Amino acid sequence: MPAVTQSIALAEPRRAARKGPSRGLDTVFRLCSYGAALIVLLVLAGILGSIVYGGWPAFREFGFGFLTSSAWNIGTEQYGALVAVLGTVASAFLALLIGVPVSLGIAIFLTQLCPGWARKPVAMTIELLAAVPSIIYGMWGLFIFAPLFARFVQIPLSNVVEGMPILGTVLYARVPSGVGVFTAGVILAIMIVPFIASIARDMLDQIPTVLRESAYGIGCTTWEVVRHVLVPQAAVSIIGAIMLGLGRALGETMAVTFVVGNANRLSASIFDPSSTIASRIANEFNEADGLQLNALMALGCILFVITFIVLIIARLLTRRVRAA
Amino acid sequence: MDAVNTLAMSPSRGSRVRPGRRIADRMLRVSCLVATVVGAVVLGSILLMLIVEGIRGFSPALFTQPTPGPGSEGGGIANAILGSLVLTTIGIVVAAPIGVMAGTFLAEYGRTSKLADVIRFLNDILLSAPSILIGLFVYTLMVRPMGSYSGWAGGVALAIIAVPVIVRTTEDMLRLVPGTLREAGAALGAPPSKVITSVTWKAASAGIVTGIILALARIAGETAPLLFTALNNNSWFSANLMGGVANLPVMIYQFALSPYPNWQGLAWAGALLITGTILALSIVARLVIKPQRSR
Repeated sequence: MPAVTQSIALAEPRRAARKGPSRGLDTVFRLCSYGAALIVLLVLAGILGSIVYGGWPAFREFGFGFLTSSAWNIGTEQYGALVAVLGTVASAFLALLIGVPVSLGIAIFLTQLCPGWARKPVAMTIELLAAVPSIIYGMWGLFIFAPLFARFVQIPLSNVVEGMPILGTVLYARVPSGVGVFTAGVILAIMIVPFIASIARDMLDQIPTVLRESAYGIGCTTWEVVRHVLVPQAAVSIIGAIMLGLGRALGETMAVTFVVGNANRLSASIFDPSSTIASRIANEFNEADGLQLNALMALGCILFVITFIVLIIARLLTRRVRAA
Repeated sequence: MDAVNTLAMSPSRGSRVRPGRRIADRMLRVSCLVATVVGAVVLGSILLMLIVEGIRGFSPALFTQPTPGPGSEGGGIANAILGSLVLTTIGIVVAAPIGVMAGTFLAEYGRTSKLADVIRFLNDILLSAPSILIGLFVYTLMVRPMGSYSGWAGGVALAIIAVPVIVRTTEDMLRLVPGTLREAGAALGAPPSKVITSVTWKAASAGIVTGIILALARIAGETAPLLFTALNNNSWFSANLMGGVANLPVMIYQFALSPYPNWQGLAWAGALLITGTILALSIVARLVIKPQRSR
């Protein structure tokens, strides 16, 4: 017995001695992970800080007029954001208009109508579509979609609507080249479909089967189950998913740069070439200096504000559901 | 009226479904099917275009020769391939430790802290932030002070894009590890860092690796941030990362919009190469995670 007590007493100081460095290591590890997490915070602050810093001279020079001016003249150093902002909003809006019904259709098809054996391959294909780099969509839009669209839609449509009161402006293509705001909207729609569809599919899958079965049990048709059971259940998170898609569409650069036409022209027609914030930055940044560079940075600020508001709303909506 | 209805209806459906309801149902079914078919056709058309045009531009010289000058014949994209490999390697080597550690903080240390909530939220936002803004940030941070476009700046820009992806997957995967494992480790007297490195990380290793592969797939095709950071370099690849570095995405962008057929062919070959690589990476990521889920 005394031997045991002795050995414990002997072991005690040794353990205490070993604890020292290990506790130190423990603290270092914790601080490392803490620091890594803070980097995320710093990067976001750095992004905001750098573009505000870079864009400040332009905001000071043009004031509030920067937002409302449609000028973009490198010779006279007059810059305004209106065309790019409108182009960004219009192309993203068109993308939602086309993309949302299609992605919801795909999500409903995959969760409710699709035969079991086809479900996995189709779902996986759609998720892989989200991994294709945006530049590929841009090439497809410019080399495949635009020529077909110009030939089979723009030219016939322009002939029909020419001279009509409102349609004659909105749908008339002065130069039927296939590129423009509408084409940018179509390409963006294709890019956000896999994104929205896969989130919406996850949301629909999470709804308890019992709810669906009981609705079918009282004789509901598929449409009624979707309309009265699934949509109310998943509505908030699906809106969140749509907002995430919108955030992506607003900031997408390469695909849009290929097909938007890159003109600084205020036009009422959705078939006319225009610019978005991101496409203008991508196009001009490398050759810009002086005030033009500042104006491009200021455009970046506007893009930051718009997308971050959209993304914050999106994350709040999708999070609320996850917590519930 | 009723009789007609009954005849038109399939017997299993019963006879009390009003035509309005039936039409609405049919329309839903048809439009959902059409949406899926349209999606599949567009995807098929994109892949077909890539394969047809890409194979046309394919030759062994792609991998052995640098990009040719404007209007000249022949040449390859070897410098762009090598440059892309170097840039994505820098990006992932910088991003992986930061992302894994930050994800560990969120999942292990910060479960209840307010700061962790804020970081988690901002990380989700950074995950979908426009990559062109990240390019502008790195331009201000590195390119302007250093005076020239550089490979390092390109690598850092890619790292910033990769970090949120890795943080998110690491946190999600660590949260799947049951708490009893951690308790068992702690009961043996292991300090928290030991429990994390030899118990939780080990249990979640497949998931963490998946996150890193997904991040790799994400940054491999990024173009916008590289335009303002690494830009391009038409000569043969030099080991000098302080200067511009040729890379596939920017090369594709510039060559595809050029008027020279030879350049356009090279752009298509590059596009096929990069898309194939990214799709392969995404599929590998899925295969890695599978055994863990079924366990």
